[in-house]
Amino acid sequence: MATAAIMANKLSKWFGEGVARTYAVREASFEAYWGEMLYIVGPSGSGKTTLLSMLSGILRPNSGSVTIDGRNLWSLSDDEIADFRLNTIGFVFQDFHLFPRLTTAENVAIPLILQKRSWKEALAAAARCLEVVGLAGKGELPPNKLSGGEQQRVAIARAIVHQPEILVLDEPTASLDGETGRKIVSFVKTDILTSTRCILIVTHDSRIFEFSNRIMGMEDGRITGFDQGVAYEA
Amino acid sequence: MTQILILAYKLLVKDKGKYTALLVGTTFSVFLIVQMTSSFAGILTKASATVINIGAKIWVMDPSATNSVFGSIPMPDYVLDGVRSINGVKYAVPLYVGSALLKLHDGTYQAATVIGLDDSSLAGRPELLQGGIDDIFAENGFIAVKDEEFPKLENPKLGTEFELNDNRGVVVGIAKVPTGALYGTPTLYTTYYRAIQYIPSMRFTISYILVEPKTNAAIPYIKQQVAQLGYLALTNQEFQDGISQYLKYQTGIGTNTLLMTVISFLVGLSISGQTFYTFIIENLEHFGALKAMGAKGRELVYVIIFQAGFTALVGYGLGIGLATVVITAAKLRLPEYSSRVTYSNLGLAFLLVLTIASISGYAGVRRVLKIEPFDIFRG
Repeated sequence: MATAAIMANKLSKWFGEGVARTYAVREASFEAYWGEMLYIVGPSGSGKTTLLSMLSGILRPNSGSVTIDGRNLWSLSDDEIADFRLNTIGFVFQDFHLFPRLTTAENVAIPLILQKRSWKEALAAAARCLEVVGLAGKGELPPNKLSGGEQQRVAIARAIVHQPEILVLDEPTASLDGETGRKIVSFVKTDILTSTRCILIVTHDSRIFEFSNRIMGMEDGRITGFDQGVAYEA
Repeated sequence: MTQILILAYKLLVKDKGKYTALLVGTTFSVFLIVQMTSSFAGILTKASATVINIGAKIWVMDPSATNSVFGSIPMPDYVLDGVRSINGVKYAVPLYVGSALLKLHDGTYQAATVIGLDDSSLAGRPELLQGGIDDIFAENGFIAVKDEEFPKLENPKLGTEFELNDNRGVVVGIAKVPTGALYGTPTLYTTYYRAIQYIPSMRFTISYILVEPKTNAAIPYIKQQVAQLGYLALTNQEFQDGISQYLKYQTGIGTNTLLMTVISFLVGLSISGQTFYTFIIENLEHFGALKAMGAKGRELVYVIIFQAGFTALVGYGLGIGLATVVITAAKLRLPEYSSRVTYSNLGLAFLLVLTIASISGYAGVRRVLKIEPFDIFRG
């Protein structure tokens, strides 16, 4: 039996009050496991990104709880939550959010810099990560000199450079062509996912469903069910 | 902490366009502030030139004649006797300061300031470059001051003659003084009695009484006793301050300078503030991404404070450098150019540039603290 990495219990998020109250996520409960690549899928406005934000310590829920590694995430102080994000979560944003003025290696090194590691150490680790994602030798280039697929790899390198236990990818293939998108997600599955890591991917790109271990459907803020993807080894 | 400040430095400096605009704004503002205040400081110093050059510790004068050395109200001789009789006075001597119209060798007329030094002591005499001080006692002897106004006397040499109220004058010495005069007239030194003989005077002739106290501790008592005579005794610095206060508050020069300084500050604030704010807005999503990745709010505040402060300091240095270059170049070209960079000017410019940085930074901090990482997720 796989161990739960993330446990969401009746998570709800709404905006507005009274008659204007609108639920973005309503009483979502589920578990994600170590060694699992879990997809969260659903149409636009179904609450995928809101749920992902609550799971990763970015958006405080109105009710419910998130337990990660035995800790109740939303009982922590703001500073502790920031530290949690810094040390436990790796983010790959939909638009990458790479810093255009920094070199590729400096972009990758940012989480380590936020962890107060020295620049020398951070850049060395960044170079190793760039090698892992197949961008060895491109560390000195600015991100805008790279293709979309390469930029996505840089974002992934930045997300894993500090060895987080949980990786969160928001629409990782949204700005990539089909072939590149498949390559990227395949790479994440084979090279990044380990038995001590849990990966959450928000997507509605059905072309990459084949790489998932489980697919969680959402609609109108509710979890509609789970589809089994590719079996995983816990 | 150091690591994130290096990140802040890279984010700032590598955005060359914005960084240059920020530096131009700050540098220009500091340059204008320093230029304006230095010019004013130069004017103030030159306005007190005679007080500085004569160098007496205490000046006794009519209480209503503290605005300028040239606005003296002559005092009767008994005041000199009275001052000399005060306990704590080492010596007291008369000084004449007046204006005269000289007829130069080529027949042209030139206004000049004539300073008459006490015949017995020559207290307040200048440092001579040519000639001997005793020559001042020679018939019709005058000492010309070699400052920026010296050429107006047709660059006299020892023995050069001129006319002063139908009296013959002879240059018997060339002297230098620490500070040039403000009012654009050359200066001649002679003895007190020759000065009042050659220049039409009122009934009383003593412009000032120069006092040397036995000790500095005696100064308050001397001032008190002089006040009882109905006159005013000021220390050298108090007299300079009085002249400065007059120029600052009663001539409009101070108001104009203040106005220009405020305008310079506003120019700097508008250029730097707006550019820095735009810089923050353009980088808002990156700040949001940093926040999402785990940067704390206060760390982002440090980043912004560092960026604003670093720009301010570099701009301050460049502005001071530019002002120094311009003032030096101007003084090489125009010796009479009155400008003096003082520590007060530098301090004021520093305070104003810090204010610019603070206001710019504050606006940026407000925006960055408001950004939610969730906004980055939502795109």
